[in-house]
Amino acid sequence: MSAVQHPLEHYTRSGMIPHIWCNGCGDGVILGEFLRALDELKYDINRLVVVSGIGCIGRISGYTNTDSFHTTHGRALAFAVGVKAVRPELKPVVISGDGDLFAIGGNHFIHAARRNIDVTVICSNNFNYGMTGGQSGPTTPIDAYTTTTRYGNIEHPFNLAHLAAASGAVYVARWTSIHVKRMRESIKKAINKKGFSFVEVITTCPEEYGRRNKLADPIEGMKWLREVSVVRSFIDPIEAVVQPDKIVVGEFVDTEKPEYSDLLLESTRKVQANLEKEGKLTNVAL
Amino acid sequence: MRGDLPRLRHLPNREGGENLRRDVLTGTYFSLGDVACAEGALAAGCRFFAGYPITPATEIAEHMSRRLPEVGGVYLQMEDELASMAAVIGASYAGVKSMTATSGPGFSLMQENIGLAAMTETPCVVVDVMRAGPSTGQPTKTSQQDVMQAKWGSHGDYEVIALSPSSVQEMFDLTVEAFNLSEVYRCPVFVMTDEIVGHLMERLAIPKPEENRLVDRKKPTIPPSQYLPFRADEDLVPEMAIFGEGYRFYATGLTHDETGHPQTDSPEEHARLVQRLCDKIRKNANRIAKVEGVFLDDADVCIVGYGSVARSALSAVVEGREKGIKIGLLRLVTLWPFPDQVVEEVAAQVDKILVPEMNYGQMVREVERCAGRRKVESLPKLGDALHTPQEILAHALS
Repeated sequence: MSAVQHPLEHYTRSGMIPHIWCNGCGDGVILGEFLRALDELKYDINRLVVVSGIGCIGRISGYTNTDSFHTTHGRALAFAVGVKAVRPELKPVVISGDGDLFAIGGNHFIHAARRNIDVTVICSNNFNYGMTGGQSGPTTPIDAYTTTTRYGNIEHPFNLAHLAAASGAVYVARWTSIHVKRMRESIKKAINKKGFSFVEVITTCPEEYGRRNKLADPIEGMKWLREVSVVRSFIDPIEAVVQPDKIVVGEFVDTEKPEYSDLLLESTRKVQANLEKEGKLTNVAL
Repeated sequence: MRGDLPRLRHLPNREGGENLRRDVLTGTYFSLGDVACAEGALAAGCRFFAGYPITPATEIAEHMSRRLPEVGGVYLQMEDELASMAAVIGASYAGVKSMTATSGPGFSLMQENIGLAAMTETPCVVVDVMRAGPSTGQPTKTSQQDVMQAKWGSHGDYEVIALSPSSVQEMFDLTVEAFNLSEVYRCPVFVMTDEIVGHLMERLAIPKPEENRLVDRKKPTIPPSQYLPFRADEDLVPEMAIFGEGYRFYATGLTHDETGHPQTDSPEEHARLVQRLCDKIRKNANRIAKVEGVFLDDADVCIVGYGSVARSALSAVVEGREKGIKIGLLRLVTLWPFPDQVVEEVAAQVDKILVPEMNYGQMVREVERCAGRRKVESLPKLGDALHTPQEILAHALS
């Protein structure tokens, strides 16, 4: 009898499985839905480059059977920009955490979005630094407890969907790790979108964030997500709040804008056409 | 000096010529050092530049931004030097010869991803047009203060290659060489120049394309199903697949085995990887390291210099010889790997070695390490002035 294979097995690097994620972690849900999205799109995985930074979800690039690169902390997007700029036929997908993308890598995020380069970013937002043991980060809610906010967090968190929209992303959506089908649909839209697309996924983190904030039980964590989530698609992202008592989910931006690698090609062709017209196609005046 | 040589910026049209290509501007010019560096990169096949403006390296970025589109390449101005270095690694893994250029403050920021390039064995070239530090220092003033940083700048054990041009011609030649070395050894290669050479205008002869010896990285010769991205051949360098060719490999800054999979617990795998990353350079040090010797055969005193200081040292040697003094020059063309063997041999023959540097004494430590019990004297110089030949000669004789 042949061994039973998972239908998505061929999308994974089987030598790397089992993954490192904790029981009840939302990162595995993102991996599953990302692979299902590729499967449903029948996407040519040879065209895909999965790039990640550092942190729990940073390991995801090792699990997908694609060209993949695990960069330094925060630099996944800058790496992906280099890939896309020279190989416009490839599609980089950056999958990383909230700390990686918005604290140490925040500058790269706003500039990649500003350029509207054709990269999809999927952010696992678990409100803390899980890999290093649950420290506060740029998305930690006010008053939340972490290993570095023992008396409650006093910093205002980022609204990532609002930040992405304000920076110039052409597709922005937010779901949680219990909204699996909608998350998958948004990942599919994002991958097919020409331009900078951003899918935020609020994830459960029972072992680190959860156990310090009365969400240690994975089932309780999921129930909490269901209770506080409200779908409000295409409202102004500034109103799409993420608070312990209310998480606004939905699609917030879906628009069109000239894309960077297209503009780059167009500009290069124009330079070369002018050279040809002036008869400088061989050696050229500087 | 300039005579009738055209400036590279205002090259007249040359229509209908044979073998004239836009990427290799064969001919003789009156050129800026930074521009010669950019033209060397293009002639070497560089088609991607990611950078951030910084004095005194900005002219390299400016020239690349104008020239890369002409040859179908890409110039990207990134948000900072952290991003520039990351984008260079991305473009290199996408199969394009890639570079960046910066000065001390930017070089410091790049160290993070220079470590990643060393760990993931990424061919790439980084030019550092050195200015006076530490910190913001004196942005428009020259120095050689980053030469140790080139070797030790990122954390962990790794080896790099660093070249030190002394002239505008060498800004071109050694940039070509830097690309070749990075492709052969799959490591970051540095062109460690200084503000004086970067901003020098002098003669530049660009050879014909077919006279440029160009080297490309080893591509996998086996099908994707059998490909192990970090299995090294006998030369300790693995074959390199690129994105989009169906090899579907994984590269990580974590310690990894031949398959590329992380090995975060095994001491053996860590030792094996780090030793190989170092040994692929160390074991080829004699092949990589280049020096130039002048009047060394019968010298009693040897000056060891590099970059613009070596020009002043050469004048000192010529002046000394005219006075009948047995003085010679050992010019370091390669800084890293350090040419241990040559320095050992020279040290055995002379009474004294003088090391003038535009820093507070950096490479002199390497010279001391190789010189045995021979007297080695440091001649540091800080602030915006090259050592005068008279100064060097006086110290050589003191």
